[in-house]
Amino acid sequence: MSIDARIADDQPDSFAFTRENEAEAKRIIAKYPKGRQASAVMPLLDLAQRQHDNWIPMKAIEMIAAKLDMAEIRVLEVATFYTMFNLKPVGTYFLQACTTTPCWLRGSDNMMRCIKDRYGISSGETSECGRFTLLEVECLGACVNAPILQVNDDFYEDLDYASTGALLDSLEAGSPLPVGSVTGRSGSEADGGATTLQELKPAE
Amino acid sequence: MPKLTVNGIEVEVEDGATVLHACEEAGVEIPRFCYHDRLSIAGNCRMCLVDMERAPKPIASCAMPAGEGMVIRTDTDRVTKAREGVMEFLLINHPLDCPICDQGGECDLQDQAMGYGFDSSRYEENKRAVEDKHMGPLISTTMTRCIHCTRCVRFATEVAGVPELGAIGRGESMEITTYLEKTLASELSANVIDLCPVGALTSKPYAFTARPWELNKTESVDVMDAVGSNIRVDSRGAQVLRVLPRLNEDINEEWISDKTRYAIDGLRRQRLDRPYVRGRDGKLAPVSWDDALGIVAARLKKAKPAAIAAITGDQCDAESMFALKRLFDKLGSGNIDCRQDGATIGGARAGYLFNSTIAGIDEADALLIIGSNPRIEAAVLNARIRRNWLATRLPVGVVGPQMDLTYDTETLGDDPAILADILSGKAKFAAKLKRAKKPMIIVGMGALARPDGAAILGKAHEIADTYGVVAGGWNGFNVLHTAAARVAGLDLGLTPGRGQMDVAGMYKAAEAGKLDIVWLQAADEIDADRLKDAFVIYQGHHGDRGAHIADVILPGAAYTEKDGIYLNTEGRVQYAGRATFPPGEAREDWTIIRALAGRMGINLGFDSLDELRTELSEIVPHFADQDEIKSARWAKFGGRGKISSTPVAAALDGFYMTCAVSRASETMGQCLMALQADLAQADQAQDAAE
Amino acid sequence: MLKDEDRIFTNLYGWMDSGLAGAKKRGDWQNTAKLLKLGHDEIVERIKASGLRGRGGAGFPTGLKWSFMPKEVGARPHYLVVNADESEPGTCKDRDIIRHEPHKLLEGCLVAGFAMRAHAAYIYIRGEFVNEARRLQAAIDEAYDAGLLGNNAAKSGWKFDIYLHRGAGAYICGEETALIESLEGKKGQPRLKPPFPAGAGLYGCPTTVNNVESIAVTPTILRRGADWFSGLGKENNTGTKLFCISGHVNRPCNVEEEMGIPLRELIEKHAGGVRGGWDNLLAVIPGGSSTPLMPQSVCNTMTMDFDALKEAGTGLGTAGVIVMDKSTDVVKAIARLSYFYKHESCGQCTPCREGTGWMWRMMERLVRGDAEIHEIETLEQVTRQVEGHTICALGDAAAWPIQGLIKHFRPEIERRITAHRTAVAVEAAE
Repeated sequence: MSIDARIADDQPDSFAFTRENEAEAKRIIAKYPKGRQASAVMPLLDLAQRQHDNWIPMKAIEMIAAKLDMAEIRVLEVATFYTMFNLKPVGTYFLQACTTTPCWLRGSDNMMRCIKDRYGISSGETSECGRFTLLEVECLGACVNAPILQVNDDFYEDLDYASTGALLDSLEAGSPLPVGSVTGRSGSEADGGATTLQELKPAE
Repeated sequence: MPKLTVNGIEVEVEDGATVLHACEEAGVEIPRFCYHDRLSIAGNCRMCLVDMERAPKPIASCAMPAGEGMVIRTDTDRVTKAREGVMEFLLINHPLDCPICDQGGECDLQDQAMGYGFDSSRYEENKRAVEDKHMGPLISTTMTRCIHCTRCVRFATEVAGVPELGAIGRGESMEITTYLEKTLASELSANVIDLCPVGALTSKPYAFTARPWELNKTESVDVMDAVGSNIRVDSRGAQVLRVLPRLNEDINEEWISDKTRYAIDGLRRQRLDRPYVRGRDGKLAPVSWDDALGIVAARLKKAKPAAIAAITGDQCDAESMFALKRLFDKLGSGNIDCRQDGATIGGARAGYLFNSTIAGIDEADALLIIGSNPRIEAAVLNARIRRNWLATRLPVGVVGPQMDLTYDTETLGDDPAILADILSGKAKFAAKLKRAKKPMIIVGMGALARPDGAAILGKAHEIADTYGVVAGGWNGFNVLHTAAARVAGLDLGLTPGRGQMDVAGMYKAAEAGKLDIVWLQAADEIDADRLKDAFVIYQGHHGDRGAHIADVILPGAAYTEKDGIYLNTEGRVQYAGRATFPPGEAREDWTIIRALAGRMGINLGFDSLDELRTELSEIVPHFADQDEIKSARWAKFGGRGKISSTPVAAALDGFYMTCAVSRASETMGQCLMALQADLAQADQAQDAAE
Repeated sequence: MLKDEDRIFTNLYGWMDSGLAGAKKRGDWQNTAKLLKLGHDEIVERIKASGLRGRGGAGFPTGLKWSFMPKEVGARPHYLVVNADESEPGTCKDRDIIRHEPHKLLEGCLVAGFAMRAHAAYIYIRGEFVNEARRLQAAIDEAYDAGLLGNNAAKSGWKFDIYLHRGAGAYICGEETALIESLEGKKGQPRLKPPFPAGAGLYGCPTTVNNVESIAVTPTILRRGADWFSGLGKENNTGTKLFCISGHVNRPCNVEEEMGIPLRELIEKHAGGVRGGWDNLLAVIPGGSSTPLMPQSVCNTMTMDFDALKEAGTGLGTAGVIVMDKSTDVVKAIARLSYFYKHESCGQCTPCREGTGWMWRMMERLVRGDAEIHEIETLEQVTRQVEGHTICALGDAAAWPIQGLIKHFRPEIERRITAHRTAVAVEAAE
């Protein structure tokens, strides 16, 4: 996608951190040695994104540049290099579907198909209701629980067509399923019970 | 000093040299796109790969420090394959639009593809297309051609000090752009055009004008400031089409300012291409040379020597000034001044030279700037200060207004009284000067072109003496001129003696009706109104301020139209070459004076340029020493008078339009408008933020 | 099979409390000060003696890496940077450590940091691990509250701070110098080496970047002894290792096993075997996406360690085992990886920026068979033109899977090209 297409046409006239985020920004900057405040650029972009409906307006980039004493272009470079920064609006539920080989082998196509069947959207598109944006993403790093759908901050794992549907139902209803594997397994243990450490497993 | 072998040839290189340098030392050419001697090492193009013994894979020679005993080979199959591979990658997404590309004929990619490219492509996929970016009135972009070497980004960030250029996105979607496509706000911006190894960044004003092989190339010297940047003037027929930098390590290295490069379209506009005389109706009417010279001769003959005066301009060649001075000598008048801005300098040469030399900036370890904005007055020189600051965090104190010089400065204030505080050690910056082993002072025309300039110069002298600015072999006392002609003018003695008129005296005399004739030799940076009651002879090339009040116009040659000697702010003697002829009936300036003298029966002592130069160098011998600097002995200079409380201001109020040529330049006008638009936008943003 | 008592990550599956109390019960933070009493250099020696090799993919000996740090701290402070940017397809082990055994990592940071004379560690965690980052931050806060970090960390007399830094979506930041760049607030573009991080890393200071697992196992190694660790596994491939078994197995999982475990045993004992049985196995990518795949014939006898896999022309990498059964469109599986590498190329250097796109586009055509036979050769040559010519290893990582595919499945690619040509001819005839 060209860079222009990644940046929203409609931009707000201003952006400022809330008081709480201003304080949080200070805490973040303090993590890094004096004079190395540029290190805080990614956390501050993330903070701005969280404050601003999950996307970063250019005014936020300029504000962060000024705050960290960086050139605006350096902040824009960072904001466009890393894929998690959204420079234009996304739906309330930002669905990031992993389709890299381990997820694909485990049926990520079915997960994608379920989303497409429901909302008629492909990667990069937002549902008509405006609540769901789908983005195909690269390996989310939970491959033994493939396929994965990340909904905003949360990983939903071991999905198939039906469970993806159930997940979307729960999102639509405003009461999302518990985060993690939809099959109920704990973390990365094998389905049906781990083959190791059983003796250490606390009694239920 | 590591020793290593390159293709079996043993070479010894400086500590800190790279394998690429070692290869060059061994006479082995290494292809490269991203590497540039004056920029940080990026190592990204991968064209310079070579084999190193015991290394499992080829190494980027530009980035690998040369080490003792290294065995380098550039002639192996593996190296050839690697380079061919990189070349193929560069070409797969590069458009094959060489026939319509302005870089054609001087394109690194084109040249190196001859050595490492194939005659056909194996790339069957669609080529990438990238949207062009706006970068202002000077730089034309065709971003599909970009090979992502990042030279432009590094130049802007490192040399120009305006980090507005970057590479956004990543992978094959990476794109070079300024932040939201703003104009690249640097006085050096167009150097990225020279740096771009392909046709991604090309010259907007020169777009589709000529192919390199059609051009006449003339080695010359720039006159837009007093740096004396070495340039190559490319012309075709009667037109100067472009100006490029010429390498001179001691002066401009390989950069030139945007004004040096682009004011040249001003050479085609508002030219004085025939003599004029103001008629009874108050209007200028064209006349023949014969008539014009006749009128001037008659006037001069009639006038009393004490009532005639001359002012020479900032871009005059030494020969013209010398000829005019000789004429005035013969006429018995010493009312001649080369300081149209009223700068109170002259006398001991150390008091008006950039004594440390420009290259000396590299050695300075503390810098006090008094009344100068080197960024706009000498952009290329300023880049050298910035480089020192980047490398050493050079402490820079400024007496003058607050300004962004592209490096950190301590603004000490614009009250000249601060000089006394520095001298007494009261000012904080004094401690830094004291600690420095090679302290430097740059005094600019903002401090000297004022009535108490001599006193300020004297104070600066005292500071220099107090803080060891001149000690051992080091002379860090520098005057930064804005006028290319100034040092030659001063060396030639174009300053009035006791009882004779300087520019201020001429203004007064003219206003009092006591000045009969004033000769303006391409002098336009004057308060023209105050001279208009005199009979004004304007010898020059542009219909600018001087010509507007002229009673006679003697059309002369602009700097690209004559052979001429210039002494830059260091006092370096440089010979500029003629690229084209003056337009119409305009003539080389010394010949005008020679012709007039002949008409008046005055023997100036020369009939040709060679004779003039011989004559000139008999009087001022160092003018014969091309490219040399005659260094000045430290001496007494400056005054001890009272310094007023008038704030120290900048010498120039802007960068783009500072002389008759640049004021006539449409390109400079566009640059100024773009700058003002950006400033207005920034103000708006500031207001919104508040 | 590794005995449970020899397993380091006893809360791998998160059955127990991952907080400080639970961690202490499992032995973490016990007498940490005593471990530090060994002294900087002795810790390094013991880690060297354990034979621990980096768990992030390259398998460089961890103790040796630490020993590259200057022995004296000059004007520039030393830094430990933990690479928690786990992003290699097939790999999800560090995630488990972070969310279920965070204190092993934190204690490891103190031990390793002390060994290399660092007073600060930055843990760079991939941005997508939002909840994992929260868990880890909570653990860091707990550790500070308990005096295990800070001015007198774990009463050792050593000042030690740990800061968590979140990434924002860039696989390349798993490359150590790209990670450092990113941590400094720049694009994650790998640096030219030399200089190496131990000389000039984070903020130009001596820095060691280690994988989460490498750091997290060090306190246990020191407690139980280098001999214990080196007694597990094989020579030069010692200790235990977290394996991630994904793809076409019956029960995908993470498991801690001994280095050198036979691949077949790993899959069958812990992951419920290949879907449809061992004979239904087509190929295995043994160590994360960048390691070339192995066909079943090679898998039969393969052991899971650095040297054996290297011998077979592939690698242990991150021990992310991706299993493909015979239903797999293996060309598409690799083409998807090619897309991954194209997507994740930082764009800095020519062969990777241009080559990953070219390779992916050719791979997409090969999936459909829309190519000429000779283009297989072209593709193979393009991978060779990328490999070894880039600033970092991403170029190699993009090239190897394709080379593996061509090496082992060339007939399949040719079959598709022929079939496609036939189909086109038939269509034209109709």
